[in-house]
Amino acid sequence: MSENKKNNWSRRDLLKGIAGVPIVGSVWWAGASKGINNTQARDSILKTLNINASPPPPSGPMAGDPIRIGIIGFGIRGPQLCRALGFGQKSWLTSMTEAAKKNPKDTRLSSFLEQEHLNVHITAVCDLFDVRAQDAIDSFSTDEVKVQRFGTHQELVESNIVDAVVIATPDHWHAPIAIAALQAGKHVYVEKPMTHNIKETYALKDAVEASNVVFQVGHQHRQTQSFLTAQDVVNKNILGHVSLIQANTNRNDDNGAWQYPIHEKANPNTVDWKQFIGNAPMVPFNSEHFFRWRKWWAYGSGLSGDLMSHDYDRVNCILKMGIPSSVVASGGIYTHRDGRNVPDVMQVNMEFPDFSTGSSQVAGKEKGMTMVYSATLGNQYGRTTAFMGHDATMEVGNSLTIYADSKSTKFKEKLISEEMDSNIPIYQYDPASGSVDGVTSATAKYFADKGLLWTYRDGKRVDSTHLHLREWLSCIRNGGIPSCNIKEGFEEAISSHMGGLSYKLGRRIDWDKTKQEIVRVEGYNLDEVLLENKEKIT
Amino acid sequence: METDINLSKIGRNSLVLLRILIGWHFLYEGVLKLYNPAWTSKAYLSSAELLRPLFQWLSSDAMIHLVDNLNIFSLMVVGLSLLLGLFERIGSVFGICLLLIYYIAHPALPGASQVGTEGSYWIINKNLIEATALFVLYHIPTGSYFGLNLLRKILLAPQTK
Repeated sequence: MSENKKNNWSRRDLLKGIAGVPIVGSVWWAGASKGINNTQARDSILKTLNINASPPPPSGPMAGDPIRIGIIGFGIRGPQLCRALGFGQKSWLTSMTEAAKKNPKDTRLSSFLEQEHLNVHITAVCDLFDVRAQDAIDSFSTDEVKVQRFGTHQELVESNIVDAVVIATPDHWHAPIAIAALQAGKHVYVEKPMTHNIKETYALKDAVEASNVVFQVGHQHRQTQSFLTAQDVVNKNILGHVSLIQANTNRNDDNGAWQYPIHEKANPNTVDWKQFIGNAPMVPFNSEHFFRWRKWWAYGSGLSGDLMSHDYDRVNCILKMGIPSSVVASGGIYTHRDGRNVPDVMQVNMEFPDFSTGSSQVAGKEKGMTMVYSATLGNQYGRTTAFMGHDATMEVGNSLTIYADSKSTKFKEKLISEEMDSNIPIYQYDPASGSVDGVTSATAKYFADKGLLWTYRDGKRVDSTHLHLREWLSCIRNGGIPSCNIKEGFEEAISSHMGGLSYKLGRRIDWDKTKQEIVRVEGYNLDEVLLENKEKIT
Repeated sequence: METDINLSKIGRNSLVLLRILIGWHFLYEGVLKLYNPAWTSKAYLSSAELLRPLFQWLSSDAMIHLVDNLNIFSLMVVGLSLLLGLFERIGSVFGICLLLIYYIAHPALPGASQVGTEGSYWIINKNLIEATALFVLYHIPTGSYFGLNLLRKILLAPQTK
């Protein structure tokens, strides 16, 4: 700038000096308008939806004398349940410590250590494999409490060193052990499916109703925040009439297909084979049957009881639609032709012709719903669980997302005014948006995506099973009824058995709502059909 | 501030244009966030893989409100300084710092997960390019030629007789 121009403003200088000001004004106006519009649209949508995503009040205090727990079944699920109670196996603690050192993102150990103390003692274990029973004794015994092994569940439930039992055995032992425990006055937490056949489903129901102890079935997703939020969404009729629900199993690895490791020390001397067989047909000792029991109808329940039971209860806890009026299933053994007799590909259509989640249209126009469960153990494409309503679609897993339907009646005006866009979620709950979780295997991811592994409370990741067990313990201590009691367990068990029966018989299975029983099929004893250790009954 | 570099008129005008476009970008981002209280950088920061403990701390419940406000404030400081042509070197430094933080949180390195990107990048991404452009603007400021710094200089200059 030349000396003689100093302090002498030309019009050109002034224009060049302030030229940025109108740009600032324009950009500010554009940003502020967009920001305000976004905020108003978001507030308006949230006000319209009025979804209450706040977590439930925690179950009651864990004060008082420690509850003494006996573990029956210490294979895969048993140790997981013990961890949820606050007891980690020594081998698990060692491997998790190493995993956390290798990968700082692996939060499994820290989550376990931060878990709330539930004021329980593990005092007894019953497992038919010596190595596993000894593992529980070595891992959980303390100077104060020595874990005692019982050779049979009957001895354990009748002992005076347990107040409550956790049952994580093969399916064919769930009901007999639960009934024995209830009759002995012990509180019961039993894994899913609640029972292995129809007859014992009624027997267990009678036993729970005749007892005055606390009974809980292990469907831990009932504690997951997204499912609690989904209940609020349905109660407020945001989805309109839901005519179709799709739920899926998508797995593609050995672990997901129940090809579990076989322990090298398992033999007739270390495994109580006769007791394992129980009511199943006697066969010579077979370590594959012992460790991979889910692959045979004699001990397990196939996709319908093993995994569809999860999905059925995931939907039932949201909709409370009860037992389907009819079930049609199909499928086959298409991905793991390894001697198993349960299907590895299965589709189950469940009909609920009288059920409705509500309507935004003319009264009487909509009624009835189908739930489709579709499973393969040979592909891992991430199909989601979707509730498909006239007004919106809700995807539920560990997160929850709602999309308005472009032809919705309820949201018609907001869609026309472009306040809503059917391609953009109108509501999203994502517990992991504030953190990223390490998931270590395909099967773990499958369960995590479904909301079966963990949830969040006050921003902290918590094991859903821990909360589910806590609820059970709180009911024991403080009274109350757990969220997955006998009514819910009965509905889950009957629906699962209808799926298994339909698959094995290759025909439709009906439910008589008045008589509260599965409609008989001429020429067949349905319990025998379920238990018969064959893929299909002809 | 004057630059020692001799620039042609077209070169100088090009730098002014670059300054205005970057300022526009920063100011719009800042104002949009200012008027949208639901916005937060929590997900972006908490999913960082490099310097994870630092970003976890920044995105913690205790810090995130302060971090978000500082981010908005800085975006607007950069935007205003570049658009108005006043204290643009300070604005450039703020801008470079912000962009480098964004880059480090989610670098375009092979194997690192890309967040919020619409293109394909290998080591160099748009954050790094914009930071480099600000580096140029820091060294060759143009506010005295086109911007409030021109008026400031005239006002602060000694009176001529």
